[in-house]
Amino acid sequence: MKILVCISSVPDTTSKISFTDGDTKLNKAGVQYIIGPYDDYALARAVELKEKSGASITVLNVGEADAEPQIRKALAIGADDAIRVDADPVDSYFVAEQIATVAKEGNYDLILMGRETSDYNSGVVHGIVGEILGIPSFSPVMQLDIEGGVAKMTREIEGGKEKLEAPLPLVLGCQEPIAEWKIPNMRGIMTARTKPLKVIPASGEAFTSTDKYSLPPAKGACKMIAADEADKLIELLRKEAKVL
Amino acid sequence: MAILVFTEIADGAIKKSSLEAIYYGSQVAEKTGTSVTALAIGKADGAELAIAGNYGASKVLHANDTKLELPNSMAYAKVLVEAANTTGAKVIITAKSSLADAVTARAAGTLKAAVVGNVVELPDLSNGFKVKRSIFTGKAFADVNVKSDIKVLAIKKNAVNPVESSNSATVEAFTPALSDNLFTAKVTETVKATGTVSLPEADLVVSGGRGMKGPEHWQPLLDLADALGAATACSKPVSDLDWRPHHEHVGQTGVKVSPNLYIACGISGAIQHLAGVNSSKIIVVINKDADAPFFKAADYGIVGDVFDVLPKLTKAVKELK
Ligand SMILES: Cc1cc2nc3c(=O)[nH]c(=O)nc-3n(C[C@H](O)[C@H](O)[C@H](O)COP(=O)(O)OP(=O)(O)OC[C@H]3O[C@@H](n4cnc5c(N)ncnc54)[C@H](O)[C@@H]3O)c2cc1C
Repeated sequence: MKILVCISSVPDTTSKISFTDGDTKLNKAGVQYIIGPYDDYALARAVELKEKSGASITVLNVGEADAEPQIRKALAIGADDAIRVDADPVDSYFVAEQIATVAKEGNYDLILMGRETSDYNSGVVHGIVGEILGIPSFSPVMQLDIEGGVAKMTREIEGGKEKLEAPLPLVLGCQEPIAEWKIPNMRGIMTARTKPLKVIPASGEAFTSTDKYSLPPAKGACKMIAADEADKLIELLRKEAKVL
Repeated sequence: MAILVFTEIADGAIKKSSLEAIYYGSQVAEKTGTSVTALAIGKADGAELAIAGNYGASKVLHANDTKLELPNSMAYAKVLVEAANTTGAKVIITAKSSLADAVTARAAGTLKAAVVGNVVELPDLSNGFKVKRSIFTGKAFADVNVKSDIKVLAIKKNAVNPVESSNSATVEAFTPALSDNLFTAKVTETVKATGTVSLPEADLVVSGGRGMKGPEHWQPLLDLADALGAATACSKPVSDLDWRPHHEHVGQTGVKVSPNLYIACGISGAIQHLAGVNSSKIIVVINKDADAPFFKAADYGIVGDVFDVLPKLTKAVKELK
């Protein structure tokens, strides 16, 4: 089985977000980059499937050179080789197009990624990739097993979940608890250094561009209510905040 | 610039979030002198669908093939693409949801359309097509130029405040051909909470964290939610520990909510939790630790024991009614 795992490189979830150059660029100073948390789940499940029944894992990132530490980490966790499409991943369609181009060439049985990136949270890349390739896509997948060329999945739906089965090839957007995040071991880190990482140019053009970034207005002070007068809160919510 | 709204149906009627999307569409249509068509897929009553008119749609296309009874993103996307072709739509609007994300993504793949998610305001059309979207799970905003011929916008809850009119929409059956290869997946089991308020749609949310101590202690929280008619939610450790079902998990790696009121009970307010709730209009925090970081993000706070405070709140709500 050939698995393609697509990873994003995003600011750590604890990062304080700020902007520079007249609010036209993300301020990267002091920001730690990580593999997208959802992509990390997808990668972890791919590694488990490989350990269980054998598979090759290619990790793919559409991103600039500064994403390479994250790609090396994915190799250390258990991917066999890597491809980086050299481009700023500015919009969903553009990124999906790059992934679909790589996927067409590699003939993968399974294309896994996170349900969404944790920077732009659109959750549409897997669907666009599936459509361009003409194969089904499902998201968010919380459980995945492969038996005889068929994927058996549990997917979250609004207010619940459903079990479903579909023949490969498939594109899946993953989320917990599909697997536990994996931490690379020493041996993994050593071998990752020499695993192949191919850099290829992007094709096509982005449909969107960002003019300006902004931050939400600061919250006002928190109004405290004494615990033994808790019922006053309901009064305030009704009369002052007008939400009840 | 004809406008098409992907409209979701729940229990035979248009979802509230979709009515909001239709209203958003009508406001864009007003700016551009065009009209709004709503595409509704699945079982629904004609009279329920005509309500789309109150929110500004002039027409509803209703695709009601029995094959479409179960949501299927491949088939729904095919219907959406056909509807976009029929209406000549240049802007496709949807309320953000996991089904809508999947359907509009696939439609965008065929229509070669940009998809912009989490849109929080009406577009600025003074110079091209510009929209404001929430990014980094609500930590920031981006003003985005959209340059594709067809554009897909997924709007966030509360992007507009709908004003209802008495206009009605005409409802037309829509029956595009659906080939068998759209139905290769087989759903073998569905588990869905019934009779509860849907979390992503909810105006009021009561949420519990590890401070609730265990699943057997949830009743006081459920009582308050019940009295308010609120949806229930939880922090990640709570769903990881299986105290509550996974679909209640809010935050960076869970459901993102923007209710009018979010009441956090025994939740510390980790940055990843805040990421999923920070666009709530009013946040109330109940925590026994006065230094809990959540108070910094709150509008109202009570320092106290949840098991002491929750029953008092429930009682006060009941007395209101
Ligand atoms: C990549 C990543 C993604 C994550 N995504 C999410 C996410 O999406 N959502 C999320 O929630 N978390 C997420 N987390 C976890 C997050 O960092 C926190 O660990 C988590 O939110 C803490 O949950 P909690 O507040 O329920 O528990 P705790 O942090 O343990 O807080 C419990 C709180 O309850 C209070 N308390 C205890 N007893 C009482 C009582 N009797 N009465 C009143 N108060 C009481 C305590 O004072 C404390 O503040 C993520 C973490 C990472 C690393």
